[in-house]
Amino acid sequence: MNTRIKLFRNIAAFVLWGAGMLLSATATHAQLTIDVTTSSGRTVPIAIAPFAQEANAPQNITPLIAANLANSGMFRIVNTVGISNLPTEPSQVNFVDWSGRGTEALVIGGINPLPDGRYDVSFRLFDVAKQNQLAATSYTVGASQLRATAHRISDEIYEKLIGEKGVFSTRIAYVLKRGPRYELQVADADGFNPQAVLSSLEPIGSPKWSPDGNRLAYVSFESRKSTVIVQNLVTSERKVVASFRGDNTAPSWSPDGSRLAISLSKDGVSQIYVIPSSGGEAIRLMQSSAIDSGATFTPDGKDIIFFSDRSGGPQLYRVPAAGGDAKRLTFEGNYNTTPRLSPDGKFVAFVNREGGRLRIASMELATGQRSILTDGPLDDSPSFSPNGRTILYEDKSGGRGKLGVVSADGRFKQKLSSQAGDVREPAWGPFGSSSAR
Amino acid sequence: MKNALIGIGIAILLAACASKDPVKDTKVEDRTPASTTSTTSTPATGSTQTTPVTSTQITGNPLKDPNNILSKRVVYFDYDRDVVKPEFAALVQAHASYLAQNRNRKVRLEGHADERGSREYNMALGQRRAVAVSKATTVLGVGGERIETISFGEDKPKASGHDEASWAQNRRVEIVYDGE
Repeated sequence: MNTRIKLFRNIAAFVLWGAGMLLSATATHAQLTIDVTTSSGRTVPIAIAPFAQEANAPQNITPLIAANLANSGMFRIVNTVGISNLPTEPSQVNFVDWSGRGTEALVIGGINPLPDGRYDVSFRLFDVAKQNQLAATSYTVGASQLRATAHRISDEIYEKLIGEKGVFSTRIAYVLKRGPRYELQVADADGFNPQAVLSSLEPIGSPKWSPDGNRLAYVSFESRKSTVIVQNLVTSERKVVASFRGDNTAPSWSPDGSRLAISLSKDGVSQIYVIPSSGGEAIRLMQSSAIDSGATFTPDGKDIIFFSDRSGGPQLYRVPAAGGDAKRLTFEGNYNTTPRLSPDGKFVAFVNREGGRLRIASMELATGQRSILTDGPLDDSPSFSPNGRTILYEDKSGGRGKLGVVSADGRFKQKLSSQAGDVREPAWGPFGSSSAR
Repeated sequence: MKNALIGIGIAILLAACASKDPVKDTKVEDRTPASTTSTTSTPATGSTQTTPVTSTQITGNPLKDPNNILSKRVVYFDYDRDVVKPEFAALVQAHASYLAQNRNRKVRLEGHADERGSREYNMALGQRRAVAVSKATTVLGVGGERIETISFGEDKPKASGHDEASWAQNRRVEIVYDGE
């Protein structure tokens, strides 16, 4: 019983100031930690009972599930500290009691060690008001997969209660600058398990996930100028795919992964070209005498959205991916750059500057309705989560880059930082890019 | 005619330096009085103005000689702008002249931006600043194939502060010769 109470203190701490467990793991280097979480939207109250035999397992699962759900901004964890006889089996659940504690959902489960050293992890999710079971799943996994299993359970709970896929099993990439060294890192979506896939004394930037999640395209200055490199994360094979005269920057994958839109300056100022993602001939998309850059394909692959300062300050435009006439999309403000589309293609997140403040904004393409999502003053590099619910971005103010997460409606905000250095240019990977092995 | 203009540009800059910074001027006199004299005499001699550059080359590398304008390698820009300001015209012209006379030399113009823009726009802005310096150089007859313009965007600030004094130092194009 003692251990259970301790466990729930951990959860409470996490919910209260959002750090708790993640901080305890910062001893492992370069971990991202969640510093501040604010939320003003409606959240689903959910109670998570400690799993049977969890105290004996090498990895606690319920604190992870609680952290995941709380940090998504969609849930409020109902305190279970002090409740005696917490249920681990369906027959032990008293729905009236749980309803009286103000929870709408309840999770119970168990972690049963198997003779072969693996674990049988099972959980059930209940709708407390309707008194029915919404999900019941069990997984047989090795000890090293318990953490990934907590993410899968979190995904299942999220999807059942919110009605869209959870992103707890996805990965993020970002650049970490520590001292003079730049590292391209890949980590789990909660910042755990960071791994440097490239380290360099020259800048690295603009990491972008291939649609299958197996490759990263990025810009490296390792040859004392920008080149675009595609690196396979499974085989570690790296290939320089664009090293034209001048700059080679701002890669963006086509939805089928066969091509990259990039910015080249080989013919003057920055212009947009399309190249095969394995390298090859660069086809110029348009001819303009202004800066064109920041290309991003629409999810159907038919169009490219980019920014250009052809009309004065930079604004967003849309052009057919095969080339043609560009149509201006933004008219508010005189500085709109770095467009990134939501996975359904309905919204574009971008970097807006007004009064010297760089902020993350979002616009619904169908209506042109714009919302400013963050406060700045130096927010940059937005990247949608694969479910489109949140936007990961970079807060580069104060010279020490942090990552921020803001919900697509602007109501939920979170900041993540690394003890190890300056974190920048985050990119959220697609579904199915889980590191769970 | 072009060369004459370059010479005048150099003379104007040197005169400006002398009037602004008498201490520096004294140093110049002390160390290499001969080369200083020949450079300042350039506008008067007109068509023979190539001589000073050649003569300094004999005494040392003009690109490294702190008394030579060619050792000045940074062009600074205003916020969000890519216009080469008049005070840098002489510097750019001196490098153009050097390149015109040293046809085996190649140069990289490395553009930079301060942090107050998006990374993507800053990358393109740094590039456009480098192109602006390149254009000012090629106008003077240097072949574009010997000049590569590149950008580091905001990734390599010269000053690490977050105030106008630092930003002003970071909005720049650095002139880097091959092999440096």
